[in-house]
Amino acid sequence: MTAILRTGTGRTGFRLSFGGGPLPLYLGGAIILGWFVLALLAPVVAPYDPIYQDVAARLQPPSLAHWFGTDNFGRDILSRVIWSARIDLQIALFGVVFPFIIGTVLGSCAGYFGGWIDTILMRIIDVVLAFPFLVLMMAIIVILKPGLSSFYVAMALVGWVSYARLVRAQILVIKSSDFVVAATSLGYSHSRIMFRHLLPNAILGSVVFSMSDAVLVLLNGAAISYLGLGVQPPTAEWGIMIAEGQSFITSAWWITTFPGIAIVTLAMGFSLLADGLGEKLGVRE
Amino acid sequence: MSDTVLSVRDLTVVVHGDGPPEAIVDGVSFDLKRGEILGLVGESGSGKSVTSRALIRLLPGARLGIAGGSAVLGGRDILALDENSVRAVRGGEIGMIFQNPSSHLDPVMTIGRQIAESIRFHRSVSRGEARRQAIDILRQVGIPDPERRYDAYPHEFSGGMRQRAMIAVALACDPDVLIADEPTTALDVTVQAQILKLLMDLRDTRGVSIIFITHDLGVVSQICDRVAVMYGGRIVEVGDKRDIIGNGRHPYTAGLVACQPAEGHPGERVRTIAGQPPRVGQMPPGCRFHPRCPKADAVCMQTRPPLEASGTAHLVACHHPVLNAQEVAS
Repeated sequence: MTAILRTGTGRTGFRLSFGGGPLPLYLGGAIILGWFVLALLAPVVAPYDPIYQDVAARLQPPSLAHWFGTDNFGRDILSRVIWSARIDLQIALFGVVFPFIIGTVLGSCAGYFGGWIDTILMRIIDVVLAFPFLVLMMAIIVILKPGLSSFYVAMALVGWVSYARLVRAQILVIKSSDFVVAATSLGYSHSRIMFRHLLPNAILGSVVFSMSDAVLVLLNGAAISYLGLGVQPPTAEWGIMIAEGQSFITSAWWITTFPGIAIVTLAMGFSLLADGLGEKLGVRE
Repeated sequence: MSDTVLSVRDLTVVVHGDGPPEAIVDGVSFDLKRGEILGLVGESGSGKSVTSRALIRLLPGARLGIAGGSAVLGGRDILALDENSVRAVRGGEIGMIFQNPSSHLDPVMTIGRQIAESIRFHRSVSRGEARRQAIDILRQVGIPDPERRYDAYPHEFSGGMRQRAMIAVALACDPDVLIADEPTTALDVTVQAQILKLLMDLRDTRGVSIIFITHDLGVVSQICDRVAVMYGGRIVEVGDKRDIIGNGRHPYTAGLVACQPAEGHPGERVRTIAGQPPRVGQMPPGCRFHPRCPKADAVCMQTRPPLEASGTAHLVACHHPVLNAQEVAS
């Protein structure tokens, strides 16, 4: 498996190889895997119930009983940080997958067919991009009903534009390449050429971008929750935890700091993975 | 004639520009017989590639359009088919081999799947059956260990192997006609000889007819049965290989042959035909070769010479055909 990629001439197939490869890929992968395992094992690993309020133990600094301390309701921060991973990984996944699919399909149609389809789609993208990202997200969420599913819908409605532009540009480059002419000379239909031949060649850049996008989505999710439009209390989520803890930031730093560190590490994991993938697959942004 | 596979008549392709449309393929007619290799020879821009692309209705450029003529294959006029029917012709009845195999194969799909895809697209066969047939074709085009190579990507193949793979893709659906657009130009000489031999073998075993586009008269003399010489979008001379190479009667053909570097004469200056081939938008009236022709006179400048018989199965379009090659050389 390994040899195949190494002998390639810069253009690599889809075969990922393990053993020998860019360090960021493994580092990023390990961080994300670590969080994933923590999230899966949350009921086992977390020492306390994340929403149980032990009023007697309010605002306790980190100690042996509460490693990360407790918040103003006496909830264990460590347990809440661990349980939050479930929500935040889900945000990163769904917040990327839906825009990815929508953007890829629309972008490849625009790039392949051109003409009025392209013009209309590009104008729509311009309109979406003309709004400040967060404000548009908030507007959509408020219209729908604050909550996580509204966040995903808003993400899909707003986030697809980056993927669409990326894929469209790639398709424009390769749609005039020789192997597409050859595929046409074999009588293939438009949809077959587009999805079987163009997309697999055009999508690498989007895959890499989706990893960096996961970082943005994660931070967005945290921001939206922070603003009270995403995950609703008392559910544990990093953004909410920071929001709730900010009034205590001078007296009880641990309430905001630990979820903050959690966000930073997961974001770093995705970012490293994006770098590593880009290097491995020969994609330059 | 019953053994004629493809019959092209008055094929005309125009380019739409600022002025009136100009024919860059102008009234091209030829017949392709079963199991025949027909060479289409000419300089760059002589219209040979455009002619071949017109036959599968894939003109290279939005400004090009087929303006007239017919191309009858299997009782149907390809040029009159609608878009859906044309797709069945492409790959199914006419296969296409391109000059640069490295860029004409999909880089992220295995060779075997590219062949199987074509088989499954044109015929309703099962996945396993398509795989079996694809391996069979890979073996026929001389790829060693085809079961294992089925799962290889194009970048894992050498140049010659890639060209074999592309021939396999084109042959997958057993087309009647194979169009080979300079299939050996990008290959080195030894590999070129192997590919030419492969094409001739395929012609013998499968009875496929081949239109072989090239500018290399050496290749033509190796592989072709008949040759059509194109100049300025017109066929100026058609005939058996023996009639063309060495006995061409059109001054252009004779000039082309005379331009071949002769063996055994090192140090001798290579002969050229004076002047430039006509450019799109500046096609001369009358015979399009007249500005460069040593025998041109007033008639050549005004009247287009018809393609007339000059012997059995030898046609030439010239008002003053040469008698033999020596006449030009002198």
